[in-house]
Amino acid sequence: MINEKQALDNMAREQLEQKLEKWEQDELAKFLKRQPERKDEFATFGNIPVKRVYTALDVAETPLEDIGLPGQYPFTRGPYPTMYRGRNWTMRQIAGFGTGEDTNKRFKYLIAQGQTGISTDFDMPTLMGYDSDHPMSTGEVGREGVAVDTLADMEALYADIDLENISVSMTINPSAWIMLAMYYALGQKRGYDPHKLSGTVQADILKEYMAQKEWIYPIRPSVRIVRDCITFCAENMRRFNPINISGYHVSEAGSSPLQEIAFTMANTIAYVEEVTKAGMDVDDFAPRLAFFFVCQRDFFEEIAKFRAARRVYAKIMKERFGAKKPESMRLRFHCQTAAATLTKPQYKVNVIRTALQALSAVLGGAQSLHTNGMDEAFAIPTEEAMKIALRTQQVIAEESNVTQVIDPVGGSYFVENLTTEFEKKIFEILDEIDEKGGTIKLIEEGWFQRQIADFAYETATKKASGEYPLIGVNRFEEKDEVFDVELHPHDETTTKRQIDGLNKVREDRDSAKVDKLLKELVEVAKDDSKNIMPITVELVKAGASMGDIVETLKELWGTYRETPVF
Amino acid sequence: MSKNSGIIRILIAKVGLDGHDRGVKVVARALRDAGMDVIYTGLHRTPEEVVRAAIQEDVDIIGVSILSGAHMTVFPRILELLKESEAEDIIVTGGGVIPDDEVDDLKKLGVKEVMLQDTPPQNIIDSMQRLVTERGPR
Repeated sequence: MINEKQALDNMAREQLEQKLEKWEQDELAKFLKRQPERKDEFATFGNIPVKRVYTALDVAETPLEDIGLPGQYPFTRGPYPTMYRGRNWTMRQIAGFGTGEDTNKRFKYLIAQGQTGISTDFDMPTLMGYDSDHPMSTGEVGREGVAVDTLADMEALYADIDLENISVSMTINPSAWIMLAMYYALGQKRGYDPHKLSGTVQADILKEYMAQKEWIYPIRPSVRIVRDCITFCAENMRRFNPINISGYHVSEAGSSPLQEIAFTMANTIAYVEEVTKAGMDVDDFAPRLAFFFVCQRDFFEEIAKFRAARRVYAKIMKERFGAKKPESMRLRFHCQTAAATLTKPQYKVNVIRTALQALSAVLGGAQSLHTNGMDEAFAIPTEEAMKIALRTQQVIAEESNVTQVIDPVGGSYFVENLTTEFEKKIFEILDEIDEKGGTIKLIEEGWFQRQIADFAYETATKKASGEYPLIGVNRFEEKDEVFDVELHPHDETTTKRQIDGLNKVREDRDSAKVDKLLKELVEVAKDDSKNIMPITVELVKAGASMGDIVETLKELWGTYRETPVF
Repeated sequence: MSKNSGIIRILIAKVGLDGHDRGVKVVARALRDAGMDVIYTGLHRTPEEVVRAAIQEDVDIIGVSILSGAHMTVFPRILELLKESEAEDIIVTGGGVIPDDEVDDLKKLGVKEVMLQDTPPQNIIDSMQRLVTERGPR
């Protein structure tokens, strides 16, 4: 039986279909005859075909409750009911180089320029759990980020910064639990209430095996460490995000926007399963799960992507995991502009690319944002480049008025259609992953890695052929361009200063105590039902270095070795 | 060129701790599709491991990808090890995020070609073929 309203709807739909058909036959056909379009087919960066124009017909299949309202399930329109009318997103420029003292100066500079959160980039040895004097660290100490070996380094890194009133994010993964332990210990040392410390450790190890490729141990013990971080924070640091489940690196490794979200959700499912299996109720930790996505080059696709990610996450948490609290279903994310879209030629154009990407993040409802420096295709950014990047955010926030209305693209026929399209395709991929045996099995088989490599190859081919326009690279090139860029200098004394500091800690500590604690660490690690965090806190307080802890557990767990696919 | 087949053999390597393998995989695939024998070492290799593999696999070219900033440490070490092993006929090339003035430095040291971001795959294939032709048969 069709009721009156549905009959009206059907009538309206028929009328609209007729109008569209008539428009195609009259205006459009005539026009195309005179002037054909630039291409036969148009598609998003992620290869989703797009139509010439969208109408109400294209959103007819999307239930109104799936669009909903901000701050309400399924959160398509935003995680909070006031969004940027209440408070702007956190402007969180990442920084890290040299020693803790060096980076501390950059943090203070950024805070003086109006930055509202801190984000820390560590050097490769720290990320991989090596001490600065390990042979594998040669040439890499303080290069791509800041070197942290011991608690003393972390004290220097965040010196004179009020950690109860600014949130601190740390981009670190396989060794994240040690950094989290150091941060907790630092808070204790300064007399802070640990429940007032806010911030994030990335700690998303599964996407490392998929994409960013920073790992130490095999997958199983690594996921257990993540579980321990999540339960430790739920009990001891209530405002701290123990994980930042990240699509950013999946995208930077070459995936499509769709794969970015789908693979991130696959990882989310794996973590939630791991923690609930250990006996914790989903509503006790899910509100502190945080996310990190890229904002890529396709403006509307990105906005739809963010909206779809929120909707998909809400449905997964409610329907798959039975979450009851709305906060457990509310996806909050940090966003960073796409480093892989930056070019060396005519590098100042990167400011414009970054501005557009940042705008898509804001229209997509990001909670915090990092805008890349224009010189990052050359080296880590200079202070000047970071200032312009921060100013880009400030212009969007203060001058453009885009922050006045929540989800201003909501209701756009195109964006709503693309949002639903994304949602459908994400669930299809998740079903496929379930059918094939789940995330961890597929990582071991290289399934994700191959899909990412395929899309990366396609993108590279399109760049080379010019099908994928890149200003300055395959369009409007300047053959004799002279680079007048001033680069961030690398201080050659870094390694020595860092190792001297490490040796001093080793001299001053009670070695017998450290040895005893390391033995206890092994016992805790052997027992899967125990949490590895408390003993790690004891260790860093006693002056154990990251390398001491990591190497001890390598003897127990071994290391991970990838079978590469290309 | 491997002694019998005339097919170029190339060892593609990631040295050091950085895991940025997007570019290196694109290059490996492009070279393979162009008919070369491509061996990819995977991540986190030491210069010693790379040189040992290059000699064992009897390759014409080593291609090292590095985006961590440690290139001025890694390339000189590889060249030195090749010299010690009397395997200097193996051509050393590289790519990644490397400042222009250091590209010049690396070339002076003996790195034959440095391919930076957005180098079209065809140019890389052409360079490899040219370098092997210039070196001549072994």
